[in-house]
Amino acid sequence: MNDFFRHSLRFVVLIFIQIMVLNHIRVGSYVNPFIYPLFLMLLPFRMPQWLLLFIGFGTGFTVDLFMSTPGLHTSASILLAFVRPYVVRLASGAPLPESASEPTITEMGNRWFFSYSISLIFVHHLALFLLESFDPAHLGDSIYRILISVPVSELLILLLIFFFQPARKR
Amino acid sequence: MINLIRFIQKHHVLLIFLLLEFVALSMLFSSNAYHRSAGFNINSNVSGVFYRIQKSVTDYFYLQQTNEMLALENARLRKQLTYQSDIISKDTLQHNDTIFHFIPARVISNNVHFRNNYILLNKGFSAGIQKDMGIISPEGVAGIITGVSKNYAIGMSLLHKFAAISVRFKNNGQLANLSWQGGDYRFGLVEHIPAHLVVNKGDTLITSGNSQLFPEGILVGTVDDYLTSVDGALNKAVIRFATDFNALRQVYIVDNRHKFELDSLLMLRVDE
Repeated sequence: MNDFFRHSLRFVVLIFIQIMVLNHIRVGSYVNPFIYPLFLMLLPFRMPQWLLLFIGFGTGFTVDLFMSTPGLHTSASILLAFVRPYVVRLASGAPLPESASEPTITEMGNRWFFSYSISLIFVHHLALFLLESFDPAHLGDSIYRILISVPVSELLILLLIFFFQPARKR
Repeated sequence: MINLIRFIQKHHVLLIFLLLEFVALSMLFSSNAYHRSAGFNINSNVSGVFYRIQKSVTDYFYLQQTNEMLALENARLRKQLTYQSDIISKDTLQHNDTIFHFIPARVISNNVHFRNNYILLNKGFSAGIQKDMGIISPEGVAGIITGVSKNYAIGMSLLHKFAAISVRFKNNGQLANLSWQGGDYRFGLVEHIPAHLVVNKGDTLITSGNSQLFPEGILVGTVDDYLTSVDGALNKAVIRFATDFNALRQVYIVDNRHKFELDSLLMLRVDE
């Protein structure tokens, strides 16, 4: 129950920051940072995959509601939820330790979390920007936006993590 | 049968993924069409309340700027009025005679840095706003209404893939189509300009009046750069929008009272 509350709070806070702050930030006209995928990244390892997919759907849909872009963030979020287990496997390189419960920096370490989060952000932004323009003529433009937005989103996510992650227990 | 169940058990994650992705993509592509489904716009009531609270705070910081802009517009309109009252005496002009009515509204959410940008307004069908009405700012053309709920309306700004509007060069009356290619929110593009047309930097573009969205002669933008093509056939012009989309606050919705009549007339022509 405590966990449920913690994740729900994180959901609300991230969506709030996304809509109230980040959607109004413009650095040039190419940088669109998105941090709400962090919520999906931090869900527990043991969560069944089908549930992850549905939560991905719900998260994307909520963002879509506020940005009036039906389906856009939803499809990107579902894709993120789908590839998450594969990225976990890829980032770890070995089977997860039994003790691991959540993909956080505290449990998995800085380097693991960095490769994990940047891969997922990349997948998410790739789907998002390509679907948003959905036009081969603007392919170059979209790729440019992806390449600029991914590092900015990742940087913001790492900053948030370092601010709010509890200190290492050991 | 058992094989089928086994198959579903084995691949249930992939199947759920495909199902959800199908739902999401069909939402995306059905809404991408120029006419957005009314179903999704219901939510502009929910997010509308949200944005209104945000706006009610931030609006205070822009009061002076908005005031100045409206005062300037008032002055301009007053000048036009004195000019026109010479031609038409006031009592001959009945209220019903005016084709275009303007409904003032406030922008409560607006973006400029996506490929397709939307404007959320604080008035809906209870104020008489309907789908496919034009949106103009005090400075010029701003967008087109794409959906309404009771108290809110959503529209695409000119910064949208599907927002191409019919414009006219003010000095020679030639028609053109203005669109936005993404990138910088200050500039749009007019393509397919015949080579014989003389276009200079600083030329003014106004609405053509060919669509029933906007009255004729509303300022759209000025030519910022003229690009002659290599093969010399059709040229392009970069247009600086008159409206500063980044500072959009107060807008007017254009209500064309003759739109229904015109539409049904056009339908007749199609039926024939």
